Amino acid sequence: MSPEFLLQLTRRLPDISYLREKEDLIPYSFDGTATYQVMPELVVFPTAVDQVVALVKLSAEFQVPIVTRGSGTGLSGGSLPVPGGVVLCLTRMNRILEVDAKNLTLTAEAGAVTLALAEAAEKAGLFYPPDPGSMKISTIGGNVAENSGGLRGLKYGVTRNYVMGLEVVLASGEVIFTGNKCVKDVAGYSLRDLFIGSEGTFGIITKVLLRLIPKPAARRTLLAIFDDMEKAAETVSAIVANGIIPCTLEFLDSVTINCVEDYAKVGLPREAAAILLMETDGHPASVAEEADQMVALATANGATSVKVAQTDAEAAALATARRAAFSALARVAPTTILEDATVPRSELARMIRFIQQTAVRHRLKVGTFGHMGDGNLHPTFLTNERNHEEMERVEIAMKEIFDYAVELGGTITGEHGVGVAKKEFLKGALEGANLELMRRMKQAFDPLGLLNPGKIFDP
Amino acid sequence: MSAHDSLRALDYDVLQQCMHCGMCLPTCPTYDATKLERNSPRGRISLMRSIADGRLEATRTFGEEMYFCLGCLACETACPAGVEYGHLFEVARAEVEKSGELDKPARSVIRGLLLRGLFTRPRLLRLVGRLLWLFQASGLQRLLRALKLTALLPKRYRDLESQAPAALAKFSCDLIRSVEKIGTPRYRVGLLTGCVQDIILSDVNRDTADVLLANGCEVHTPPVQNCCGSLHAHNGEIHSATDLARRLIDSFDLPKLDAIITNAAGCGSHLKTYGRLLADDPGYAAKAAEWSRKLKDIHEWLAEIGVRKPIDNRKSRIENKQVTYHEACHLCHGQKITRQPRDLLRAIPGLDLVELPESTWCCGSAGIYNITQPEMAAKLQERKMNHIRSTGAAVVAAANPGCHLQLVNGARRMDYAVEVRHPISLLAEAYRNEPARG
Repeated sequence: MSPEFLLQLTRRLPDISYLREKEDLIPYSFDGTATYQVMPELVVFPTAVDQVVALVKLSAEFQVPIVTRGSGTGLSGGSLPVPGGVVLCLTRMNRILEVDAKNLTLTAEAGAVTLALAEAAEKAGLFYPPDPGSMKISTIGGNVAENSGGLRGLKYGVTRNYVMGLEVVLASGEVIFTGNKCVKDVAGYSLRDLFIGSEGTFGIITKVLLRLIPKPAARRTLLAIFDDMEKAAETVSAIVANGIIPCTLEFLDSVTINCVEDYAKVGLPREAAAILLMETDGHPASVAEEADQMVALATANGATSVKVAQTDAEAAALATARRAAFSALARVAPTTILEDATVPRSELARMIRFIQQTAVRHRLKVGTFGHMGDGNLHPTFLTNERNHEEMERVEIAMKEIFDYAVELGGTITGEHGVGVAKKEFLKGALEGANLELMRRMKQAFDPLGLLNPGKIFDP
Repeated sequence: MSAHDSLRALDYDVLQQCMHCGMCLPTCPTYDATKLERNSPRGRISLMRSIADGRLEATRTFGEEMYFCLGCLACETACPAGVEYGHLFEVARAEVEKSGELDKPARSVIRGLLLRGLFTRPRLLRLVGRLLWLFQASGLQRLLRALKLTALLPKRYRDLESQAPAALAKFSCDLIRSVEKIGTPRYRVGLLTGCVQDIILSDVNRDTADVLLANGCEVHTPPVQNCCGSLHAHNGEIHSATDLARRLIDSFDLPKLDAIITNAAGCGSHLKTYGRLLADDPGYAAKAAEWSRKLKDIHEWLAEIGVRKPIDNRKSRIENKQVTYHEACHLCHGQKITRQPRDLLRAIPGLDLVELPESTWCCGSAGIYNITQPEMAAKLQERKMNHIRSTGAAVVAAANPGCHLQLVNGARRMDYAVEVRHPISLLAEAYRNEPARG
């Protein structure tokens, strides 16, 4: 980074906060992704969109790459710095600007924390459903850029389904707002949708307009235990075939169940092959009816036990195992690699079995849990990044798992994004001209290649 | 170079356990204040790991960062991967002290006098306590304050003077006999009286003995006990800490006791680590492991043995006395004890427990943090006092001497009348209020 760039930065943006010292930069050299680290040369904290514009223009002049980040919780290295680049941290643009109860929308700056938005919506009696695991600290800008998922995907969809409009600073320094508060809008290409999930490679999202929905009046929680993965999968199929769309359909495999027992001792049978945490929400009458049907279907499909929570406290107790799943796994080994291979729901049982067999074949410890309702699995590798021989086996196993997911009509990443971690798997996952079209789009949005370069695919 | 004072000698797995997911950020009071990664647990761990990797030296900036951390351990509660931040933080501070990067003559003198001098010598500490009591009881303090002579002090020391705790007339050994029992006890326990606690809250120690007696415990209380060394371990004085640990272990007849009881959260959290602290000492490793196993916080112990619910005395009880509960960091985060003190308070007849918003957020006391980082400590104190005020409670219960003083000073600073009590003192009072039997 040239001294002239820094000089111009302080001249044109005299009020902007930035970090330059080694001790300040090291903590910005990674995100939530295991094993990746790249030192940034500069971290800047804009507080308003015109500062972002000035920075983008300056970077273009000096050919300095920009990596935009929020709280740095990403799981594919999307906000990992690039060598010689500046990190644009949006955590100080975190205002919630409006909750519009008439149009059921919420407007916020990109650095607002997801949980804060959800709470603001709830205060108005409304509901923002996407709930990525990191929502207590993740920023909405990052959620949109990665198109984050969460536990409610089956019934409520993912972040994309709640974005109505975006303010974006383009690579040219121009600012656009794409979208509006209208439910229907077909005026031209939906640029908004192109920015969702673009991982900061098309532009810098500075403001979001989100769709809210009314808060469901009631909820019922159930927990079913199975001695066979097939039976759990059959139960899920039967529930959906009977016209019930639960808001939660989460599962844990046997490795995860045993890790949860080691850690939290919640009283799960260690010999169980799978447990399903199920929730239905909506009108109290239909919730009660659906819960009864789900119990019947689970029992008919061979569940060894089904529990229904009668109170909020009981519901929380039933959810403990699922909530503890990741913590329980993360404690087992020094390095935890959380993956998100995803397949069509109908292929779940096969995919899970394949993951388990692959782990055995490569002598690896892999616990799998995830979102059974939407086919999004989290095979979690419990390893040690300093054991190079084992890490090689992890790489091979991962490739086999991704290849198989694609073979079953699935994808290499359901909700974490490609970033740098999945880059080399992308080619195998996309057919025909997909990748080439993506490259041409990148070229159109960012001709100088300065916005998060090297993410998703190599320049 | 040892694993106690060198990040490079430390088991690397402990550092590597951090997967930098960021779940600690929203629970960290310093990150909350600055929103800078360096001031967060995962940021600090990344710096420690850089030192272990040889990519960074223990610089002055690193040292300042380690002392900006409160050591509240809220991050340990939030951490999905079970990172032992408290352990990392102690080693990092010891590394900072070894590097000498923060050395200044005044700092060295104060650390030498206080940490290595005063707090390693229980009798000297008591002498200071007695002088403080004399100063306060004789009216000299009031006189100096009335004449505004304290205004002659530089601001920093003036602030400290106004925060000086009130010393009590009697030490724990004046209030508790070395062995006490009632009837045929079910258990035999040792009671830790602490150092600061012994001077300013010896009445809480008496209350603790009373509560133990009321719950079928024979109580053994050595009259002279040294500081547990938590101040030392948290402030990079690892050698003093190990020395104090050995001496304290030797004060008790460990094999004969079912448990060693502490009523101070900060001490308890450290006392439970003796096993690790002395693991490499052939003469003490086994004893220290036994010590760690038997060491119980008073609330934890009472929950384990089943606390006797005080008999309701309708004549003397205060109807619907509203009490809120502030959770000392080293109780809720350091020892994961959250339910037991609440259950115990709820067992008191007539006591109405009102939940405190952000009850697990640090009050800013954090050992000697309110002395070393007065600004940040004052912000946290104000935040805590505002929450206490919002509950409308007349009493705030807290189970740590540091918190106790911070809350008392906070109430005074904000001119807000709230009584600060140890939960065990409230329970002891309820036992004393019981109708006479027979």
